[in-house]
Amino acid sequence: MASATRLKLPLLLALLAAVLLYPWIFTSNYAVNWGMLVLFTAFLGQSWNVSGGFAGQMSFGHAAFFGTGAYAYSILVVSYGINPWLAWLLAMVAGGAMGAMIGFLSFRFGLKGSYFALITLAFAEFLRVMADSVSFTQGGLGILIPLQSGAPMQFEHAWESYYLAAAMCLVAVLIAAGLKYTRFGARLVAIRDNESAAMALGIDIFRQKVLCLTLSGAMAGAGGGFYVSKYLYVDPHIAYNLGRSVEMLLVTMVGGAGTVFGPLWGAAAIGALGELTRSLSQSPGLSLVVYGVILIAIVAFLPGGLTSMLGLLRKRCRHHA
Amino acid sequence: MLEVTQLSKRYGGLRAIDGASLSLSKDRIVALIGPNGAGKTTLFAAISGFVKPDSGTVVFNGENITATPPHAISRKGLVRTFQITQPFMRLSVLENIMVGAYATTANRRLARDKAVEIASRVGMEHLLDMDSSGLTVAARKRLELARALATDPQLLLLDEVMAGLNPTEVAEIVEIVKKIQESGIGILLTEHVMQAVVALADDAYVLNNGRVIAHGALSVVMRDPAVIEAYLGEDTAHLDAGDAHA
Repeated sequence: MASATRLKLPLLLALLAAVLLYPWIFTSNYAVNWGMLVLFTAFLGQSWNVSGGFAGQMSFGHAAFFGTGAYAYSILVVSYGINPWLAWLLAMVAGGAMGAMIGFLSFRFGLKGSYFALITLAFAEFLRVMADSVSFTQGGLGILIPLQSGAPMQFEHAWESYYLAAAMCLVAVLIAAGLKYTRFGARLVAIRDNESAAMALGIDIFRQKVLCLTLSGAMAGAGGGFYVSKYLYVDPHIAYNLGRSVEMLLVTMVGGAGTVFGPLWGAAAIGALGELTRSLSQSPGLSLVVYGVILIAIVAFLPGGLTSMLGLLRKRCRHHA
Repeated sequence: MLEVTQLSKRYGGLRAIDGASLSLSKDRIVALIGPNGAGKTTLFAAISGFVKPDSGTVVFNGENITATPPHAISRKGLVRTFQITQPFMRLSVLENIMVGAYATTANRRLARDKAVEIASRVGMEHLLDMDSSGLTVAARKRLELARALATDPQLLLLDEVMAGLNPTEVAEIVEIVKKIQESGIGILLTEHVMQAVVALADDAYVLNNGRVIAHGALSVVMRDPAVIEAYLGEDTAHLDAGDAHA
């Protein structure tokens, strides 16, 4: 136990150094943007991990929070001229509010497991259709953020958004680590493993689940705000895309749901794989096929994700030693 | 400290509990016994809020807690365990007990210290880092007990904590339960293992078809003809009658 902790610190520092130095080693815009996307996907995965991994409430519609954050940011910046950093903060609040609302409605009626997954999917689809048809989102036209050199939260160089994504990722890892070592986190894990036992020990499972989805939604909302500030455009399809929801759960399941670094490993693995399939074949659908196969393989053979593979290897080494 | 009055719960045409009443005080260990399907577990569930009774009241420390949500009842100090043990599978023994201890403090270190202390009270101090999924039945029963104990309960409802244990293990749990009661925690238990009931309980309520058919000191209750009939079945009673006629 103690030796494992001693080993971990240098590893963590090495990981941090690798993240910080990456844009200095791979200087091309393409490479830096790829790194930014990995970190950003890891951040979104971590948002899903909070509710899906730690609390075991597997959502299929986290795009609902991402998209709400994206729209909140865009509308506040474009229609109301609010400072983009403040708008980003409010995007986070909007995502959290959406999490609280969807959580309240689903958990009030005791939806669990696949029912919860389906209702979250339905909410995300509902929001997509709404965004397509109401005027303040400008419908299918979408919202364009005007490009202004030097304006706050607009990124002239790829490395700027890279480091912001890295900072978000760091905060997300700290949140996950916090769940590992606090009462709130212990209660979420207890709910995941056994709701009846959790209730018998005095845990208000409804309240904890709503709080958890609020936190998760706030994170995804911040992700949505960041996304628009980087790509300067949002429409209903970008905001409330099912693919986004799937990506968030995919990287987390692949890396290891309910672990602190799982989403990071998962995002790196999926990101690398995406590059690989793209270089091997020109057909755009191939990466999706490969994702599907990998998800099935992980669920079937490695339910703990890549993180659990490290543990298994360590155990095997110990047996041989 | 606990007053249950005329509690009833039916599932369709089945009266799982049918006007059951009982009362108990802190200084006694009270057993709730009865044949299979008598309604013991349903009565436990109705008292602890897991099942909403159709009628009747549950009063705990002078407060009406009928149909209060289970977590709120637990926080008031009335804590149940489960007949089929319900460990948090992916947590260690220590972490399982800490979830209970977190009911009394948000501080991780305090919760941890408390969990370690509780573990030694139930004889699990050597199993702290074990995964709870790898525990034996006996150890799981202890874990159920430890987790409930860690919440600082005033009254424990123990649902068959000795089922499936061998006589040595039963004797060990009996000692632990006795010590818990001596520390000032009231205990209501259901039990099939008569060895344990006899060793532990001061008083017993006998439940049959959802009704309390006898109540009193265990030695008296066990000689009650209604109780004997409930356990051995009416067929035996008829047979006896037939013999008498012959």
